[in-house]
Amino acid sequence: MHKSGKVLVMLFLLLLVFWFILPLLWLIITPFSKEPSLGISITAPTLNNFAEVAKARSALMAFKNSLIISIGSVILVVTLASTASYALSRSRFTGKNAIITLLLIFSSVVTGVAAMVPIYALCQRLKLIDSLLGVVLVFSAGFLPTAIFILKDFIDRVPTAYEEAALVDGSRGADLFARIVFPLIGPGVAVVAVLCFVNIWSNFLVPFVLIRTNAKAPISVAIYQFFTEVGIPRIGLISAYSLLYALPVLIIYFYVSKKYGFGFFGGLKG
Amino acid sequence: MVLIAVFLVFPAFWVLYLGLTDQALTGVKAVLPSFIGFKNFQFALGDSFFYNALKISFLFVLGSAWLGQALLGLILALILYELKGVWRNLVSGAAVLAWIIPEVVVAYLWIAFLDKDFGMLNQILSSLGVSRINWLYQHPVLSIVVFNAWRGTAFSLLLFSSALETIPPSFIESAKVMGANIPQRFFHVIFPQIRAILLTDLILITLWTFNVFTPFLLTGGGPSFKSEILPIYIWRTSFKYFKLGYGSSVSAILLLINFGFALLYLLAQRRRKRYA
Repeated sequence: MHKSGKVLVMLFLLLLVFWFILPLLWLIITPFSKEPSLGISITAPTLNNFAEVAKARSALMAFKNSLIISIGSVILVVTLASTASYALSRSRFTGKNAIITLLLIFSSVVTGVAAMVPIYALCQRLKLIDSLLGVVLVFSAGFLPTAIFILKDFIDRVPTAYEEAALVDGSRGADLFARIVFPLIGPGVAVVAVLCFVNIWSNFLVPFVLIRTNAKAPISVAIYQFFTEVGIPRIGLISAYSLLYALPVLIIYFYVSKKYGFGFFGGLKG
Repeated sequence: MVLIAVFLVFPAFWVLYLGLTDQALTGVKAVLPSFIGFKNFQFALGDSFFYNALKISFLFVLGSAWLGQALLGLILALILYELKGVWRNLVSGAAVLAWIIPEVVVAYLWIAFLDKDFGMLNQILSSLGVSRINWLYQHPVLSIVVFNAWRGTAFSLLLFSSALETIPPSFIESAKVMGANIPQRFFHVIFPQIRAILLTDLILITLWTFNVFTPFLLTGGGPSFKSEILPIYIWRTSFKYFKLGYGSSVSAILLLINFGFALLYLLAQRRRKRYA
């Protein structure tokens, strides 16, 4: 490459790096700033803004709601998806491939945006509006197809010899599944749980549409309400709260990408 | 074996059935009202706001998914392939951060970044002698396009980077030895190798970008519907104006468009398998 060409490429890269990093700086600096504003003001670091979060009742409630929703959905998805994918992997019947293809199409076509109106209507009929259970069910249904795919792949790779040995030893049904198959697909379950948790934790649209009262809102909706409510938004509180909210996702991501490599999330988020 | 099959398959299938009904119902529900009353459809097709939203959605996909995420991701992946080292970690690290932080938080980051009086972008511009611009009001579509490109480039970047890694370095080396310049190397050596992945990436990000709701958090679709992409239009008609029936027929149109993309994706996959 020519020298001038190399300099140009470097300048272009530098510009892009700034473009990527500058908006993020606010999240790192403002939560610790004494005069939090929409601009960047660097002062001696303080934890005042975090203290404000700890004092805000609605902020703490939202944290609890987010945990209930995410963990509840993860448990439901993992149990249902592992049993369903076991059945799909081990049994042979006509139309099996059709079911799998159908699931694939559904999971990509029925996005949150396309389904929000019918889901709302459905929840209205089931009296699940403004209920955490409703949100958990909607999330679980949305994640099941993807989870079943991933887990079926894992189960396909487990040799049936283990199950046959257990059968000979007199293990049956649910017991066989819980003691033999489930532990063998541990890594797959971890993948599904992590993906599911991160996506549900970050989701805004579903709870935004389904939850009506502030006391039941998860963090994503709470932050939105903090900055749309009348009066001057409490920027210090919002920034500190945003950082706390993003932290679990960041920690999980860096832990996982260190362990399994960068491409882990590829193709599955969205 | 039969016993186990009955024991396990039955509960599993009941579950599967539940999972399916939930989704199938949404599908059927989305379509049924439009069969009962074609009026909703007619209204949508005669509503200028619908075309407005459709037009902005296409602009949004073209700008942020194709020109932004895919092209930028490809250029970045190519540059980083040659560079490696610190740069690579820095750029892909920043891109990934932008990609994984929850949407509400990134939306707020951009509201702060673009703010007219305090925002960092305007601070920098005014120190360069450019007058301050109220980005979200004066250029709402540009703002959400740039925002969404920023948000989603990581996916294309990671995908292309790993695709480039699979090309045997000897291909590129021998092209260099034979004196091929950069465009020649790209079009004759690299491009044929990553064509299939390029196609997959384009279809996927188009589908996702078409269905993204995050711009709502930045502009709320405004000012005066100037940045109202289709998902925000559906939300507005259904939950702000409470026209659930009408909203769901627009959803049905969106579902149909999505279905088209999914079919394209399946076809592309099948072709890829055949050539592999």
